[in-house]
Amino acid sequence: MRYKETSDLEISLLLEAIYRKYGYDFRQYSQAHIRRRIMSRMVMSGFEDISEMQSTVLNDESFAATLLQDLSITVTEMFRDQSFYKSLRENVIPILKTYPFIKIWHAGCATGQEAYSMAIILQEEGLYDRSIIYATDFNQNALNHAKEGIYSTSLIKEYTTNYQLSGGKESFSNYYTSNYDNVIMNQSLKKNIVWANHNLVTDSVFAEVNLILCRNVLIYFDRELQNNVQTLFYNSLINGGILCLGAKESLRFSDVYEKYTEWDPRQRIFKKKY
Amino acid sequence: MKYEAIVMGVSSGGMQAMKVMFPLFPKDFKIPIIIVQHIGVQSDGEWIKILNHNCNLHIKEADEKETIETGNIYIAPPNYHLLVEKDKTFSLTIGERVNFARPAIDILFETAAEAYEKKLIGVILTGSNYDGTKGMERIKEYGGLTIAQDPETAASSFMPAAAIAAMQPDHILSLENIVKLLLKIT
Repeated sequence: MRYKETSDLEISLLLEAIYRKYGYDFRQYSQAHIRRRIMSRMVMSGFEDISEMQSTVLNDESFAATLLQDLSITVTEMFRDQSFYKSLRENVIPILKTYPFIKIWHAGCATGQEAYSMAIILQEEGLYDRSIIYATDFNQNALNHAKEGIYSTSLIKEYTTNYQLSGGKESFSNYYTSNYDNVIMNQSLKKNIVWANHNLVTDSVFAEVNLILCRNVLIYFDRELQNNVQTLFYNSLINGGILCLGAKESLRFSDVYEKYTEWDPRQRIFKKKY
Repeated sequence: MKYEAIVMGVSSGGMQAMKVMFPLFPKDFKIPIIIVQHIGVQSDGEWIKILNHNCNLHIKEADEKETIETGNIYIAPPNYHLLVEKDKTFSLTIGERVNFARPAIDILFETAAEAYEKKLIGVILTGSNYDGTKGMERIKEYGGLTIAQDPETAASSFMPAAAIAAMQPDHILSLENIVKLLLKIT
């Protein structure tokens, strides 16, 4: 019955403590999700209650790092949502082709699969040499993994299917080298990706870009935080720039909704008005 | 009112089960129904349209932050976990699969139990997975009502049987009798 007795107060104090001590702000995340993650860490690490865990978080940086990993979502795939990537090729690439230089921001890139997916598309469309992809996340472990570009061979079958169904033009195996249990993504894909630590909750605009992809990140935020991040995206896009959200994410409840046109509403692709 | 929401979990054989159950609910059914159906990642939601043809309630995919309201049957979208917040709104996540499933029945049931406590009814239906067992335990722990489909009547008996073995639900019934009971007690 431990779950039942756990007060929301303890969780909010823990989040406050993490923010004040380490600067990571989860106070405006969806509560049910955060609660599940915290309770699962508490049980796994054998704490009696959240208050006991809080004292360890404050005094043991390596435990705090573990908890931060728990609170960060790194589930991603290459070409996740094939119909989205298909639309990206058909409806967004033609716009990118009109620019002499293309800047793209992957916000919340986790372990990098979607940034590599983007690099592959740009390469196939002959745009990669004049592009730069800023791939950002607040989770440094995930970023390090992304930068290495090493993924388990067991995932490749799924990625290959995704790639093919999303309109891929080559053989997916052209893009990596296999080494027993792992594959490593080609150096040619990595050369124009800048991996950088950026926290959507606490950091601000760092570049003016032509395209922002932030898919399945905002679902974790409450409405107010979603709105703040949407404003950050709006201020980071050039006029006519493109914003891509996840399949179940919407701009509708944000202040900037009227400042975009729906470019492909089904795939949640929006174009900033001039 | 004694109960404020119903959560249902269903896996293989689910389409047929929903076709049997949904038309039996009247237009003025008093509480919302929230469902996790294990379904392929690529589902386009056509099946929801089909079910809607023959149902008095409105069947729709759950949206993030949507307020849960009477008159609706909410279905978890493919490839997302569906969670209930304490303010009776939905959250979606793309966390790891649970019991090989995303959406996972356990995640819906556990978060709904925390949100509705004893005012929740949990129903576990046909399926060939053990997803939902932990969630049913949690609903019971909070004092909610638990119902399992009679495995003898289920297209796939594994899922209700797993729940029955683990937590002795309050009722074990056929699909038709589950709906009859729900109409009586709400």
